[in-house]
Amino acid sequence: MFHLEPRPQTSKLWIAITPLLAVVATMIAGGILFAFLGKDPFVSIRLIFWDPLFGDFAFYYRPQLLVKGAPLILIAIGLSLGFRAGIWNIGAEGQYIIGAICGAAVGLAFYPMESWLIFPLMILAGALGGTLWAMIPAILKVRYGTNEILVSLMLVYVAEKLLASMSLGLLKNPEGHGFPGSRNLRDYASAFNDELFAGTGMHWGVAAAFIAVILAYVLLNRHMLGFQIRLTGQAPRAARFAGVNPPRLILFCLGTSGMLAGLAGMFEVSGPSGQISIDFNTGYGFTAIIVAFLGRLHPVGILLAGLLLALTYIGGEIAQGQLNLPAAAIQLFQGMLLFFLLAVDLLSNFRIRLNQRKESI
Amino acid sequence: MDLSAIDPMLLLASLMAASTPVLLAAIGELVVEKSGVLNLGVEGMMITGAICGFAIAVESGSPMLGFLGAAVCGALLSMLFAWLTQYALANQVASGLALTMFGLGLSSLIGQGYQGIKPPATHDLNIPLISDIPVIGPILFQHDPLVYFSIALVAAVWAMLKFSRAGLILRSVGENHSAAHALGYKVVRIRVLAIMFGGACAGLGGAYLSLIQVPQWTEGMTAGAGWIALALVVFASWKPWRVILGAYLFGGISILQLNLQAVGVNIPVAYLAMAPYVVTIVVLVIISSDRKRVSLNAPASLGRVFHASH
Repeated sequence: MFHLEPRPQTSKLWIAITPLLAVVATMIAGGILFAFLGKDPFVSIRLIFWDPLFGDFAFYYRPQLLVKGAPLILIAIGLSLGFRAGIWNIGAEGQYIIGAICGAAVGLAFYPMESWLIFPLMILAGALGGTLWAMIPAILKVRYGTNEILVSLMLVYVAEKLLASMSLGLLKNPEGHGFPGSRNLRDYASAFNDELFAGTGMHWGVAAAFIAVILAYVLLNRHMLGFQIRLTGQAPRAARFAGVNPPRLILFCLGTSGMLAGLAGMFEVSGPSGQISIDFNTGYGFTAIIVAFLGRLHPVGILLAGLLLALTYIGGEIAQGQLNLPAAAIQLFQGMLLFFLLAVDLLSNFRIRLNQRKESI
Repeated sequence: MDLSAIDPMLLLASLMAASTPVLLAAIGELVVEKSGVLNLGVEGMMITGAICGFAIAVESGSPMLGFLGAAVCGALLSMLFAWLTQYALANQVASGLALTMFGLGLSSLIGQGYQGIKPPATHDLNIPLISDIPVIGPILFQHDPLVYFSIALVAAVWAMLKFSRAGLILRSVGENHSAAHALGYKVVRIRVLAIMFGGACAGLGGAYLSLIQVPQWTEGMTAGAGWIALALVVFASWKPWRVILGAYLFGGISILQLNLQAVGVNIPVAYLAMAPYVVTIVVLVIISSDRKRVSLNAPASLGRVFHASH
């Protein structure tokens, strides 16, 4: 009937169009799913994608877009560097948790002292915590050739257990009447990551996300290291002949993505979330993988994809409240998005040609 | 702390049951990887199998139907992955991750009405005479049928890969897909079948968790078991019998840490609960530090996309 013909070069046009195609396909498939659940598909899609931006309560939801988008973008930018070079850091969720624990721990250690130095110290601690956590798979890969996918993922579970232990033990609020969870950093001015402009949702994490986008863009397009990352992803052997040092690249990519994930966790715990608690992490580290792919591993694409996924989070909450749509439906929706994206990717690497009838010889 | 409260007999007796879910998932994934495909979606297929098996068993009242349904659901879900990687030629790592996320979402959606329900019980297979032997009887011969099925499955996979023509073809596809294609074997079709087998096994393993081991349904109940199954395949150097060894080692550690928690050792619960994951990492490091052995044993075409132009 038809066959696939490899394109000599991946089509730039299709690379830009396919994410949009995937979003549309997900909306259609999601609508069918919602219809199966007994909800009006058009209302649900409108609630998820339209109301947070232009609905009656948009003034409340628009800032949320930045609040939820920032950690996704921050983490996804880091992941995209590694993904480009074929280094798969799947454990961003763990690095996010450790960054949050380290950041909060430093802040709480100074309680109740007030000083402008505390918040920068917390940022450093969060970045360092995430970096070190990501260095475990990195060093194991460089030194022993251990698969970084499995190790970084196992460390997510270790980090989750550590988080539980911290919120029940070391970091527990001594005045919390025995409830698990740390002191709320909202009540501690020096450590609180407040909105920079009231009512915009813009906190330091959002600023960091924008800076990360710009720096990643410069790195990938204007810097030798970025060139090496791209080269390694496309032709590992050629990269080695061109003088790329693979272990250094592994350490850099995993370290950077760990640092950004740690930062995201730190900004989250000191701002929107406010405290270390057992259920502090909500899967941003995994959703960021979808963001990175949907954004085509390109910094600007990731910025847009991060905002879109943030929209599905917010819209999902609205749909949950108004339509009783189960929370899991949104998770499924996000998973579908990645599926469709990978499927339509075919179009950017191949041409679909109808089979000609074979001429007789 | 009273370590003598841990009964070594009971510990050993529960070891086989605790290892069965990862054993089932790992032997399925081994076949998939032998055919040259890396399916990182084991966790997603496992948890989907867990809820599908659970739901079917609860609705029908028959645990065996539940297991069957779980295998079918796992295989169906793996078809998505098969379609993406074999026909749409997508990256296998990304597709596997997508499968896991999709499966986690799907399972919690299906599982909404099933929390806090008890599934119908699966009865242990009490083989007369040998199950009454002291010590050995309770450890080896008083389990449910699935435990024996999992071991039989490993034996069957081993025999199939080693002695049968089908096994030889499967391995050749995994080692060098271009050569296999040139010989006239249907690379894509063989891989799709292998992926479906892996999905069915992962589904079974998940159902074992929700129907026998726990037994109830909680969201995210696999808690990384699928990923540990993936690690086991590496640990086993792609050899079926070693999968049993790895699975029982892992099962032993999870049982031991649960028992230590129950006895109340001085180590905080959270740190004990980390043990299975940390041990998996340590074992992976030990295995992969011998690079030559890994590169000799891993299927040469593992994770590579196959596209025949003719």
